[in-house]
Amino acid sequence: MALLRVENLHKRYGHEEVLKGVTLTQEAGETKVVIGPSGTGKSTLLRCINRLTEPDQGQVWLEDLEITSRRSDINQIRAKIGFVFQDFNLFTHLTALDNVRLGLTKVRRMPRAAATDRAMAELDRVGLAAKAGAYPAQLSGGQQQRVSIARALAMDPKLILFDEPTSALDPELIGEVLSVMIQLARDGMTMIVVTHEMGFARSVADEIVFMEGGVVVEQGPPEQMFRSPQIPRTGEFLRKISELYGESS
Amino acid sequence: MNLSAWTEIAPHIPVLLRGILVNIELLLGLISLGLGVGVVTALVEVYGPRPLGWAAGAYTWFFRGVPEIVLLFLFYFGLSQFGVPVSAFFAAVLALGLRSSAYQAQIFRGALQSIPHGQMMAARALGLGRVKAIAYVILPQALRLSLAGWSNEFSSVLKDTTLAWGIGVVEVMRQASYIRARNFTLTLPIYITVALMFLVLTYVGNVAIGLAERRLRVPGLEGRR
Repeated sequence: MALLRVENLHKRYGHEEVLKGVTLTQEAGETKVVIGPSGTGKSTLLRCINRLTEPDQGQVWLEDLEITSRRSDINQIRAKIGFVFQDFNLFTHLTALDNVRLGLTKVRRMPRAAATDRAMAELDRVGLAAKAGAYPAQLSGGQQQRVSIARALAMDPKLILFDEPTSALDPELIGEVLSVMIQLARDGMTMIVVTHEMGFARSVADEIVFMEGGVVVEQGPPEQMFRSPQIPRTGEFLRKISELYGESS
Repeated sequence: MNLSAWTEIAPHIPVLLRGILVNIELLLGLISLGLGVGVVTALVEVYGPRPLGWAAGAYTWFFRGVPEIVLLFLFYFGLSQFGVPVSAFFAAVLALGLRSSAYQAQIFRGALQSIPHGQMMAARALGLGRVKAIAYVILPQALRLSLAGWSNEFSSVLKDTTLAWGIGVVEVMRQASYIRARNFTLTLPIYITVALMFLVLTYVGNVAIGLAERRLRVPGLEGRR
């Protein structure tokens, strides 16, 4: 069974339909990169998956659990799905350690000592154990994003959703975040990543999904998408975006 | 005013201190009541369902719109008229406390609304329910941001406790008037002494709040976007 299934997802804001029936399947251990022009519903899609935004229509399944069902405990489901935001959204009043620990003690109800050990281990994994006592404002953007990845990892998520994780970063800070994500992908973490980083997409993604106008235009392995896209618009977009953002990393 | 008046007031100081102690009790009572009700009112206004939000709005409108002395009379005489006999002290804490809650609610509401939406979203994404997200993420930030405005409210209600005189609470102003009734030559020294007492209390209170503010300060919370 697929880890995640998104079926015919629709979302409308006022008169504008942002998602016009998106269907996706995600296997465990797979890294999927979602690309497309801005305003085509990529972020909305991610937010509809864990219902930070309520979809109007369609279903999302995490294994045999229907996320979109009114009867499912959404908090319990969200605890299994990591979410990394474009602008980090670390809790401003908490240290890096407390940011990572909060979900463990308050959602998982883990004893404090065990939570501390786990949180330190995750900070270490993103290379920031030394910054455990720092507040978000004392960290660079790249460091903040790595803490937010540690915060997601600490919950033992079945998958992590990344919503343009490097778009708010200065160019010289993008690399440190991408290398953490590359390591995660190699370790077998299941990830859906909305990004413009074509280098990352090309070298790490198992599948690239091209979205435009609220629908999936084309999807396939990176080689096929970059070399021989089936739909002309896909190739056109990929060429344009590769020129714009380069293929570093 | 001669010098002897100042030496004559010395024996009355203990009585005035006993009086101001009552003002301090009034203050502690009303500000705690105001804090509790104020936080709840602000939370209801920001996060509550629409009709409850309206009710909270009407509540703050009423308590901010009626003069304090009128509130004191309404509570003291009004409650006993409805068969709820209350002491003047209790009526004063209630009237001034609820009034303060309306002002405090405005302070907390502003602070709550200034917390970026991303904080709530990140908390919910972790699996925290709405109540937990407010308790562990939103309120700790909002209350820190409220401290400056709150110290203003503290200074204000400290002095308002003297209004309890109007319904017969034996606080410092009433003690002062007793002394004055027996010896009119002491009028000015007495009220100067009372004024000095309040100046000291305001100073001590604001130093304490300032210390709390420094202790609770988090880098980047006050000075962010």
